[in-house]
Formats: sequence, structure tokens, C-alpha cells
Amino acid sequence: MESKIFGGGVASSSPLMGNSPEPTIFELSAPGRTSYSLRATNVPKRDLSDVVPKEFLREIPVDLPEVSERDLVAHFTRLSSRQYAVDLGAYPLGSCTMKYNPKFADAVANMTGISDVHPLTPASHAQGWLELMVTLEKYICEITGMSEATLQPAAGAAGELTGLLIMGAYHRARGGKRSKIIIPDSAHGTNPASVTLAGYEAVTVPSNERGLVDLEHLRKVLDEEVAGMMLTNPNTLGLFEQEIYEIAQAVHDVGGLMYYDGANLNAIIGVSRPGDMGFDIVHSNLHKTFATPHGGGGPGAGPVAVTAVLAPFLPGPKATLIEGEGGAATYGWTTPKHTIGKVHGFFGNAVVLGRALAYMLYNGSDGLKEVSQYAVLNANWLRHKISEQYDIPYSQWCMHEFVASAQRLRRQGGIKALDIAKAVLDEGFHSPTVYFPLVVEEALMIEPTETESFQTLSILAETLNKLAKLAETSEGQEALHQAPVNTPTRRLDEALAARKPRLSFDQPPNH
Amino acid sequence: MPSFVPHSSSETKEMLQDLQIESLDELFELIDPKLRLKEELKLPKGVSEFEVLDEFSYLGQRNLFSGRPLVTFAGGGAYDHDLPSALKTLGGRSEFVTAYTPYQPEVAQGVLQSLFEFQTLISRVSGLEISNASLYDGASSLVEAINLSCAATAKSTILISEGVNPRYVETVKTFAEGTGLSLDRLRLNSKLETEFTNYENRAEIAALVVGYPNYFGAVENLIQARELADRLGALLVVAYDPISMALLKSPGELGADVAVAEGQPFGVPLSFGGPYLGLFSTRKEFIRLIPGRLVGETKDIEGKTAYVTTLRTREQDIRREKATSNVCTNQTLMAVWATIYLSWLGKAGYVETAKRCHDNTRYLIDKVTQIKGVDLCNQSYVREASISLPVDVETVIEKMAEQGYLAGVKGSVSTDSATMECLIVTATEKRTLKEIDGFVEILEEVVRSGK
Repeated sequence: MESKIFGGGVASSSPLMGNSPEPTIFELSAPGRTSYSLRATNVPKRDLSDVVPKEFLREIPVDLPEVSERDLVAHFTRLSSRQYAVDLGAYPLGSCTMKYNPKFADAVANMTGISDVHPLTPASHAQGWLELMVTLEKYICEITGMSEATLQPAAGAAGELTGLLIMGAYHRARGGKRSKIIIPDSAHGTNPASVTLAGYEAVTVPSNERGLVDLEHLRKVLDEEVAGMMLTNPNTLGLFEQEIYEIAQAVHDVGGLMYYDGANLNAIIGVSRPGDMGFDIVHSNLHKTFATPHGGGGPGAGPVAVTAVLAPFLPGPKATLIEGEGGAATYGWTTPKHTIGKVHGFFGNAVVLGRALAYMLYNGSDGLKEVSQYAVLNANWLRHKISEQYDIPYSQWCMHEFVASAQRLRRQGGIKALDIAKAVLDEGFHSPTVYFPLVVEEALMIEPTETESFQTLSILAETLNKLAKLAETSEGQEALHQAPVNTPTRRLDEALAARKPRLSFDQPPNH
Repeated sequence: MPSFVPHSSSETKEMLQDLQIESLDELFELIDPKLRLKEELKLPKGVSEFEVLDEFSYLGQRNLFSGRPLVTFAGGGAYDHDLPSALKTLGGRSEFVTAYTPYQPEVAQGVLQSLFEFQTLISRVSGLEISNASLYDGASSLVEAINLSCAATAKSTILISEGVNPRYVETVKTFAEGTGLSLDRLRLNSKLETEFTNYENRAEIAALVVGYPNYFGAVENLIQARELADRLGALLVVAYDPISMALLKSPGELGADVAVAEGQPFGVPLSFGGPYLGLFSTRKEFIRLIPGRLVGETKDIEGKTAYVTTLRTREQDIRREKATSNVCTNQTLMAVWATIYLSWLGKAGYVETAKRCHDNTRYLIDKVTQIKGVDLCNQSYVREASISLPVDVETVIEKMAEQGYLAGVKGSVSTDSATMECLIVTATEKRTLKEIDGFVEILEEVVRSGK
């Protein structure tokens, strides 16, 4: 049922709780209506045409919406009621580590002295910010077993590219230019994309029947052209690469470097460190492991930590302890000797860095280890509870996440991983990740995180099992094909969106 | 011990029993003992949230002057604008803050529709038909614009004006190492505007990159820039200031192929440089080469209008090593903030805010250039301009900070004859007459005592 749209907006409670479409802000606009206010001023008004040639002056104002503040607030509040979020319920999206985001970190992000400082403030007047960055760098290095880090990369993928450029600079400094980077077939899509952007060729190695890197196959592709290898550990199947030490040794033997994709760091904090496994470069996704909110798709932060040998290649400028300790310490900006250059306009997603540090301080060394222990317990327990209804392709204990397969359901009655994912939405949970990693058919990748309770997991397991049982009967199959029915929209016509793209309100409607 | 792990000890015990193990440690026994940590990490023990807040309040204080941030006259891509309360309230709603990337659109219409509205607004501002759902920041948007240009033209040299933000250029240089691009530069004249007419190309140019207004505040002649780009067979990439676009013709109207910007002035707090917001717009013909996420309109099976991420086959998770960009997580929350901010400003407020920025900057320039030895370098400007000082610029910035002011950004210009330093200043709508007068007074003292 399409509700009538009134230009100018109406303060009615329909759509109630996100169950009908919300008009766009452009449809709510009414000529002459305003929300804005400006400070009073005695500064004289001037004519721009004195200082800007006329041919560059705008004649028609940009057509921004004209809405009252009341309608503006109603619009975005109604939109928010059409959005699932961690604060509403469990979000077991594999590889994404959607844990609870503590509210004290919001308070940190909004503090004066944190939120309102210009990035080009001289170091002498931004000592708090520099100290924050130096402290976070130290903690990240301790957690990952590295020596120094850059905090500039704005997300995991930016960290990958930064790490690969460091790798390139290292090899060039040693007089060789190498051409290949090895990645496993279960790798995140950002890995091969970053490899290409760093000027390398991606060489894929297959996983063995245990879901791990095939060491023998790896040895065969290793040669003097290999600049390095990118790996997550635990890998994207949620399995710990038990031969990691040997893998690293083999790569090091041909002069290559080991890159750790930190997407799955939540499994091993305080338990094992990438540095001790033989990794040389490690990025961390602060928006995963260290609970900074994901913002509906960013901001993230992807600091890159490296061994002492690679530290001279790190991006600059870098906050550094210049002299003294404790209250008397002085911090300044330094640039590493053989820096690859800047990878962010300023110093990275600074406020995200602050949130992550707050999370680390709250948990401490003891709490952070507990985070990983319970992330792994929750994943294993949930896997155990659904293992009769779903195929679990690999038998090894999982780490913080696991992959189940809906292949049996598909063969039995045509129910796919996608149908299960949509039906989970009707039950009030967010779906698992589906169809990733690519090496498992009908993959459902599930990461409960440590912050979901025994009760939540029990109901989630019951739900998943119930849906698998539904998939056995023809009535159930019909219901699953229809899902979701309780959500703000039903299944979408994604083909239409791609075939006749309407990417702006100003383009013609496509339906 | 404070913790967000909810398990009681009896629940933990029950779960362990179900798994037929005795302790949490057993879950990790498959890790080679030599790779397992023997001791706890060398980090402080956990503390209450109140102690965490105390620590940050201490750190925050060390960035303040008499309890407030330096009164800022600096821009350089980051501007101190007033932020409405409605923005803070709506932008802080946890449905927006704590959601993931909209992979399940049936439960992500809030974020998706906001992004659709964002894309529309940015296209209206930039004058280019297609805008993406954001990139990391202005610098990363420029890197992506350059990659798009190289893919579209199959050439690999970029011609960048000396008037483009130097931090963007440094970032471009870093990533050019990986993609194997070369850079050539266009000089500025004494008015701090780019010399377009006498360039002799030495290579196959993929893109001409210009600031608008440029880093020094000057309004570049985009008509000449377009002519040069045409002569070179290159795309025209314009890095614009979002607030100035209320008063200037849009890059799209003046012929830009790609327009990028640092979107921080659209409702994002200064935040010591991040998280900010990369804006990216281009012409429809480059739709398949656009980096990052795109949100499009569609309908659900009942025919209701809905939104979804689309043209996904461009993206890294599908195209893998053949993707032209590796962007995954971007800056969605800041894009939502920009949508709220621009809707709050509205058609009239956008113009009024930009005019006030101009009036304040103009007043500031008129006042400071009355100081002996201080001269305006620009001929044209909108909301930021460069002044030359008779004393060392860095020393002035340091001394002004000791008096509670962020004086501006140090700029360095190489013209054909010499390299000169200047102070780039701006006064946003947030600056009061009293603040500007106070600033000028102190600057005069600093300049006089420094000579």
C-alpha cells in the first residue's frame, strides 16, 4: 500500500515503525521553508563579484531541500526505524566482528579537546592528541607483536595497500623488484584488489581438504619473484592455520615478507601474536576487533604495524615521543627515514583511533584476552548446536567464526543459503554472511562475537535449526522462498537497480 | 574486572560441558605451544569507564587553551563550522552509528535511503550526474579520480596544478608508486592562479587536476583548464571546496569530468583530521569505472520503492584482482551526517552560510592587510586567502597559538622566479567580529615584535 506523500511533510506517525516507504527528503521539501540559523553579526556584507570573475559566479542557487527542522528530524528518525543495528540485536555477520559498541566511546568521541581540534594545530598545542596516538601505537604493537605502526590507513583495505607499498619499498631498497604476491583462495576480495593496485600480480594458492593453506602447493609456487604472502589467521573459514610458522619460514626462505590481514584478530588477542607466528606486516581493523562502531559502512581504521626492519618505510608524519616520560613527556611529528609517503590527507581517522584506545584501556590486558576466549567459545558452541541441521565442512575447532553450508538443504528442497539468511531477518536477527568464502558451496559464515549471551545464542541456534527443518517440507520451502515478510521491505529487485540505474533523485524513475 | 562479556560462570561451565572440554584454554590447544603467549600482554589492567573518561578528559585538556580549542583561522581542507544540534542528535542515533554495511537491504533502508539522498545532494552541489556513497577523505577521492582517469584514457601521466592541496598530492604520489603513474606539475602565477595557457606537454596526459578554489584560496579559471584538458585529450579533475560551491558555478557546469572534495565542511566535526568524508562525482559515461559503493532505487516484490547497493560487479569482493579500486569500508556515517547537515542548511542557508564565510574572510583580509608588511597574495578568493608576512610564517603560527589562536596554514608556492611562503587564512561563519578583531590585534603585535 503506497501512502500519500504530502509536500512539506506531515507530523503523523505513519509510517509507523518503519513498515511503509518513507518519502525522500526532496519530496518533503516546500518552497521557502527553512531550518538553519546563523549567529548575529556586525561584519559588513560584501559583494563577491569584486573579487571573483563574473563568469565563475553561480546564478541559480543549488537546489537543496527546504524543510523545517521538525520535518527533518521526523524524516531521519523514521528512516532510522527502517534500519537494523547492533544496538537492536545480534549481528552474526561472519568476518565483520559486529560486537557491542560501548557507549563511553561515544562520550570520548564527543569530548571537547577530542572532537573539536583542527588537524593543523601545532604539535605544541595538540600534545594530548599526539600522546593518544603514541599510546595506541604502543598498544597495537604489543597486541600484534610488532615494533612500530602507522595509524593513517582509514580502513582495512587502505591498510592492505599501505602494507604492500611498504613491502615494495623494502624490496627496492634491497635492490630487487619482485612481481608476485601469494594469497589463499579463501582471501577477502580486498586482498587481490589491493595486490593489483600495489603493482603486483596475485597468485592464488588453494586450500587443502582441511580448509588450510596447502603447504606443499605453496612451496611449489614460491620463487625469487614472490614479494610476499597475504594471510588472515585464523583464516576466513574461521580456522587457525596450524602450519603458520612453516608457511612463514617458507616465504621468508625465498626473501618474501608475510602480511597479516587483521580482519580476524578478534580470535587471538592475548593468546597468540602475528609477530610470533612470523608475520612482518599486520593491519588491524579497529572497527572490528576494538569495537568502534561501523557506521553503516564506515568510518573504519586500519593501522599497519611492522617489524623493526620495515619501520623506516612507514608513512609519515607519525606522532613520536620526543623526550621525557609521563606528565613531562613531549611529543612531536616525525617522518620515517625511507617513508613511502602519506596515505591519508591528515593522520587517519583520529576519533576512531581514540575510541579504540578507550576500548583497550577499559578491557586491559586481562579483559582483552577474555574477549578472544569468549568469542571463540561462542562460535564453537553455536557451531556445535547447529551441526546436525547444517553441514560443517571442516572438523577442526573453529576460532571466532565458522562456516556452515546449506548445500544439503539446497539438494533436498531447493533452499539456498540466501533463503536462510532472509528468513533469519524475520526472526529478529541480522543474517550471517552468505556465499563467502567462495571455497564453500552455499556458505553461511557465522560470527557471534563475545558480547552475545548464552540465551541469545541458544535462540539463534534454535532459529537456525527451525529454518533448516522448514526447508525439508514443501510448505516450509514456500515460506522460506517468501521470506522476509516482517521487515521494512520484502526482497528487492536487484536486477532492476543494475539494469536501469537510478542513483540520484534527479534521474528518471525506473519503476 | 569490567567486561562486555555477559557469560556467568555457570553459563560458561555449561557451554564448555556441551563442547566436552574443561577450560577455555583447551579451545586454543591446536595452536602450536611455541606460538602461544606465555604471559599476559604488557598493557595496563582493565579499569571502569569512569577512569577511561578521566584519562581522555586529561588528554583532551592537553589540546585546549584555557578550556577551549584554539580560535581557528586555519582551513587547508578542514574548516571550523557551527554544527546544528539536530545533526548531533540524529547523527548520533545508534541505528545509523552501529549498523554494518547494508548487505541485507531489507533491514538497511535507513542507511540506504540516506545514501541515495546523499548521492543526489552531492550531484547537485558538484553539477555532475553520478556521485558515489563516499570515500575515505578528499585525498583518497583524488587518488581514485586519477585511477578512473587512467582507466578511461589508457594513459598514465597526471598533470597536477601546484595549487592543489599538497597533502593530497603527497598521497597521490604514494599510491602512484603502486600503479606506476608519473606526475607533472603546472606552476602558479603571482596571483596564485594556475598558468594553463603556456603548458607544453611532454607526455600522454590522463588527467589535469585543479583545485577550485585552490589551496591558496584563488578561484582557478576552469574555462582555461577545460581548454587545456581538451588540447591534451585528458580528463579534467576538479578538487573543490564544498562551501564555496554555494557561490561558484559548479565544476560540472564548467566542464569537469570528475569532481572530488573533502566533505568535512558538510557537517563533520574537526576531529583532528578524521574521520572525514571523501566526495566523488563524475559523468554518467564513467559509471562502470566509479570506485566505492553506489546506492540505487528499486522496488521490492510488492512494488514498494526501496534502495539497494548496485552495480556491484565493479567492486573488489566480486571483481577481486581485476577491480579498479579496493575500497570496501568507506565513510557512510559521515555521508549520513552530510545529508542531515545539507537538509538543515537548505537552499537559503547554504548560500547564507557561504556568504557569511566570505564576508568574515573579507573583513579579516581587509584588517590584516592594514598591518605594515602584510599583503594579500590572491586576486580572487571566496572564503580562504593567502597573505605574505614580513616574518617567518611558522614562528607566527607558534606565537599566535601561545595567545590562543590557530593563525592559519603555512603555504609554500614555487613560481617561475622564486619560492615564497605565505599564511593561508579563513574565517568561517562561526567566527565573530570580536574574535576576528582580537586576532588581528594579536597578529599585529606578533608581526611587529618578530621583525
